[in-house]
Amino acid sequence: MPSVQATPAAVETIERLRRRHDSIVLHQSGGCCDGSDAMCLLAHELPPGPGDLELGEVAGVPFLIDAEQYERWGRPDFILDVAPGAPGGFSLEGSEGVRFVSRSPKENQ
Amino acid sequence: MSTIEKPRTYAAPGTAESVVAVEDRYENFIGGEWVPPTSGAYRENVSPATGEPFTSVPEAAAADIELALDAAHAAKDAWGAASPGERAAVLDAMADAVEENLEMLAIAESWENGKPVRETLAADVPLVVDHLRYFAGAVRAEEGRISEIDGQTVAYHFNEPLGVVGQIIPFNFPLLMAAWKIAPALAAGNCTVVKPASPTPWSILKFCEVIADAVPPGVINVVNGPGAEIGRALASNKRIAKIAFTGETVTGRLIMQYAAQNIIPSTTELGGKSPNVFFEDVMAADDEFFDKAIEGFVLYAFNKGEVCTCPSRALIQESIYEEFMERALERVGAIVQGHPLDPATMMGPQVSRAQLEKIESYVQIGRDEGAEVLAGGDRPDGLPIEIEGGFYFEPTVLKGTNDMRVFQEEIFGPVVSVTTFRDEAEALAIANDTLYGLGAGVWTRDGSRAFRMGRGIKAGRVWTNCYHQYPAHAAFGGYKISGVGRENHRMMLDHYSQTKCLLVSYDKNPMGFF
Repeated sequence: MPSVQATPAAVETIERLRRRHDSIVLHQSGGCCDGSDAMCLLAHELPPGPGDLELGEVAGVPFLIDAEQYERWGRPDFILDVAPGAPGGFSLEGSEGVRFVSRSPKENQ
Repeated sequence: MSTIEKPRTYAAPGTAESVVAVEDRYENFIGGEWVPPTSGAYRENVSPATGEPFTSVPEAAAADIELALDAAHAAKDAWGAASPGERAAVLDAMADAVEENLEMLAIAESWENGKPVRETLAADVPLVVDHLRYFAGAVRAEEGRISEIDGQTVAYHFNEPLGVVGQIIPFNFPLLMAAWKIAPALAAGNCTVVKPASPTPWSILKFCEVIADAVPPGVINVVNGPGAEIGRALASNKRIAKIAFTGETVTGRLIMQYAAQNIIPSTTELGGKSPNVFFEDVMAADDEFFDKAIEGFVLYAFNKGEVCTCPSRALIQESIYEEFMERALERVGAIVQGHPLDPATMMGPQVSRAQLEKIESYVQIGRDEGAEVLAGGDRPDGLPIEIEGGFYFEPTVLKGTNDMRVFQEEIFGPVVSVTTFRDEAEALAIANDTLYGLGAGVWTRDGSRAFRMGRGIKAGRVWTNCYHQYPAHAAFGGYKISGVGRENHRMMLDHYSQTKCLLVSYDKNPMGFF
């Protein structure tokens, strides 16, 4: 089973964002006010750094996490979902009226 | 004869009995004026106390950031040329205006963020006043340095303003974090464009109303809107000379990336997972100090845990664990949760539904990985009907081990993860076993141990026999991935200044090379 999956609603949002912005990327964040969720950014804005790990792709978009953070979180699997409301940081999905949420697979059972 | 009356809950802002007036909608604060967003778009702003909208704020676009930058650039030469005494007088006038409106701003801050009014009255707003006065004083005491290179050559070093800076404020202390950033920037002679956090766009506009007459137009500009649009437009803008940011790690990296592309400095504060370490000697006597230590444990619930330095990992020496936790859980059980405008309330709602859901999800992750729930763990039952729609979560205590995700990731809610240690070496190892390094607490009656631990913990602020104090003149900032820079101290003036070196020769003779 892939480490990252997406709900149909998240896939739909990603597809809309791809049509608008072309090349996008998802960075799983950590820490502080808006942490713990995936941030959707333009791919050229924050290219993968030496410490980034690509966990997989959702709807053709790479899902990255800081490798050390991934280890410390116990190598979790993620299910990318959306919920109503404003996203944190500079994440691009706000214009869709939703925000990405990184859920744990157990939570959805 | 005296009677004791329970203080009444403050009336909600915008109602006839409230000291806080609320307009139907607000504009951006640009060049000292209230300027509608070019997009013509607004969005509803919700109070987390009730979950109901109470006003509207601009949903600004990149063009509004350009307007704010125009205003700031128009103001920067005169402001940068103002003497330190003149700038200090403006900061003092701002402080006086805030102090005169302290109760009004405290109620507004509580209503918008959900933090209890007893905190905003006693901490947030008084600290805004204090930081403004501190930097007013600090800039007057600044002096450049002179280096005597040789008998006839002198290097004079002047502090010069950077110009126009961008500042992005988090939602957890909307007024205080704004003051932490605005005060040193202005003191050092810069003009600023401020982007408040999306969940808390309004209280800072009340602040702008209060200080508008004290500050020259264009020196402070505030634009509200989505981070993806205006945060990005501000942080990546060629017309800013510095960017300051408090928030999570990915946006922090992005900010630093923009700064690298524009070759400007940045300061970032990116959260923490702060250890709060209790050695067995805190229980050597059942006295005021032990009582203070128990309060120190419960301070994880301060500002409903939405604090970058939340003491969210409690490390208790195993020899006192049972007795200590009995007292600590008793004190957690005494936390009064409810309407943030009730002066008796100790813990209000989380800032947003998103935040509430994230906290719930983390408590579930903790349960799934085997953490034991010692207190709380759910949304509270039996809230009064008028706040039923608010974003409340119980003060929660989890027990587990430091390798669990609830010990490693910042939950940003009223959740403390508790574990034990055998001895000082293990306490230090667990304290440092984290990616973050913002805050820490050490509790002991042994001064030597306190010193060793304080120096050993890799964090920018180690509270020793205290916690959650944020006085001006005590440097605050992170080690490791908790960010770069130090706020709250006059050293922040350096982060907002250029150094100009005039290298002057008093020698009449040529060098003799040509």
